[in-house]
Amino acid sequence: MTDTSPKNTETRIVPDRLDSPLKAALYSWPSLLLLVAIGIFILNSFASPYFLSPWALSDATFNFTEKAVIALAMALLIISGEIDISVSGIIAISSTMMGVALQFGADTPTLVAVGMLTGLVCGGFNGILVTGLGLPSIVVTIGTMSLFRGISFIILGDQVYKGYPSSFAFFGQGYVYWVISFEFVLFLALAGLYYVLLHKTTFGRRIFAIGNNPIAAQFSGVRVNRIKFMLFCLTGIMAGIAAVLLTSRLGSTRPSIARGWELEVITMVVLGGVNILGGSGSIQGVVIAAFIMGLVTFGLGLLNVPGIVMSIIIGALLIGVIALPTLLNMARNRMQK
Amino acid sequence: MKNLLKSRELWLGLGIIAIIFGVTFRAPSFATFGNLADIFNNTSMLIILALGQMVVILTRSIDLSMASNLALSGMIVALINAAYPEFPIPLLMIIATLCGLVMGALNGILVWKLNIPAIVVTLGTLTIFRGTIFLIAGGQWVNASELSDTFIQMTRHHALGLPLLSWFAIFIAMVFFIFMTRSAMGRNLYAIGVNPTASIYAGIDVGKVKFISFCMSGLVSGFCGFLWVSRYVIGSVEVANGYELTIIAACVIGGISIAGGVGSVVGTILGALFLGIINSALPVINISPFWQMAISGGAIILAVILNARGARSKGRLILRQKEADS
Repeated sequence: MTDTSPKNTETRIVPDRLDSPLKAALYSWPSLLLLVAIGIFILNSFASPYFLSPWALSDATFNFTEKAVIALAMALLIISGEIDISVSGIIAISSTMMGVALQFGADTPTLVAVGMLTGLVCGGFNGILVTGLGLPSIVVTIGTMSLFRGISFIILGDQVYKGYPSSFAFFGQGYVYWVISFEFVLFLALAGLYYVLLHKTTFGRRIFAIGNNPIAAQFSGVRVNRIKFMLFCLTGIMAGIAAVLLTSRLGSTRPSIARGWELEVITMVVLGGVNILGGSGSIQGVVIAAFIMGLVTFGLGLLNVPGIVMSIIIGALLIGVIALPTLLNMARNRMQK
Repeated sequence: MKNLLKSRELWLGLGIIAIIFGVTFRAPSFATFGNLADIFNNTSMLIILALGQMVVILTRSIDLSMASNLALSGMIVALINAAYPEFPIPLLMIIATLCGLVMGALNGILVWKLNIPAIVVTLGTLTIFRGTIFLIAGGQWVNASELSDTFIQMTRHHALGLPLLSWFAIFIAMVFFIFMTRSAMGRNLYAIGVNPTASIYAGIDVGKVKFISFCMSGLVSGFCGFLWVSRYVIGSVEVANGYELTIIAACVIGGISIAGGVGSVVGTILGALFLGIINSALPVINISPFWQMAISGGAIILAVILNARGARSKGRLILRQKEADS
């Protein structure tokens, strides 16, 4: 009872042999998530006879691919210790700009370019405010979220842009082969790209370094601000791509498009095991988390559970999976005493 | 430092007065007492909520679940009122406030005992609370015809020239002012935000104080849930959807640093009033209400830039609070 600093006196056993890489991979966060995903998949296939049909599963992917595309870049941004709340605003303004371009008679490639470019400009704007002026990203992007969506309200008011060319519909509605949609293929390709970028390049290592200790990274010769700026731009482009996909799928643009997505995207990233405080996380985790959210939403949808109730489950899942390691630790400590 | 703070609030106050003058130039009826009292009344709930959020932000946390908490507490009392119209209104007020308190305490426990970052906890409870509204109401609305007349008239009673709703805001603002400037707990909230590690050595239980701050934000959210139902005569899943970011915006415009430890009750009230004035001024000077969102977005960015200039030396990463939790 007199010992007031238990943390310092705690003994730690150093193992003679480090865990093999295989064992480490089995105990990792993505494997745990994968188990959850498989569990949900099995439960779903028992719960509804329609679940296992290829077309139904293909439909299910549309629920989450657009959000997951943004989540890939958001994961990098959060690992570096920043955050972007404005992604749904960027989708709104990108979609609106595509609508404006359409009024000037733009063809499909131009529309896609306009969407992605708008995303890039918006992301760059966030990046300049955060890195150039040294402002906290969470408030800056709450501000730009209103600003971006606000601009699309100014341009559109209560109007709708529609009449996108039929070739434009391919991005959100087209199928590459049988039931494999273009959106899904694009998502998988981007996921592969981001995996290599984060886990196999020096750029990726620098992101982790910045997230763990930006000052140490700075003194080690990492250009912290430049990399953060690039990550904001990247998140902007991804939001632009999501805007292209979503606009193409819906075939119209309203200023209220994709409202509330920012929180879902962040939920996906955090569920995927990315530390919200920065410094750790993996693309595999984020991809599996995206599948989990898609499967839960779709499976419950087949059981006629309304969307809002699914959000309870997603919310509980988010808190649950993050609390789990801490709870296990507490239980283990109690057992040892 | 004190002078700097003062000047920041003075600045914001002058800005608000300038807007009022500018608008009155175009529409002379804008600056009448009746109209300004109306604007204040419309902003009352935002003021109360922003004060609750301020307490949380001061401790380097954030509460994204306030609007959902408000909607759920409101729905609970709306359902009680619809089922038992004779149920005394003051009791309803207490029930709503307690519901809010319980939800706030849940956030606080998760942050305190499980060390989960506040932004993650409240992101989760935001969706959980809103989903629960749908469950308890079975997807239905509670509309004007189902609510009792005494409940609806509750916020509309006039006393000394102002509606009761305004008096609630004034009363709560005074309580917060005294609490923040004259109580030890108020000082602790600032201390934790400025330097959590030093606070631990000074004998402050950081986790517990954070827990209390979440209880406070939950409490005011629940109370505002009661007011919201009475004021807008509706209980539904969509109540105050997305309002959590408006509340944070009011705080930021009011000069509260998201990095914790900086901010004042007066600033927060002015921040909320600034948003309220802008919202009601736009239609008067014939600007389409569609401009509202972009303007408040611009105001937030401008406010953050000004805040940062005031406290440049202590810029720090907002999401990083590892040392605070250890």
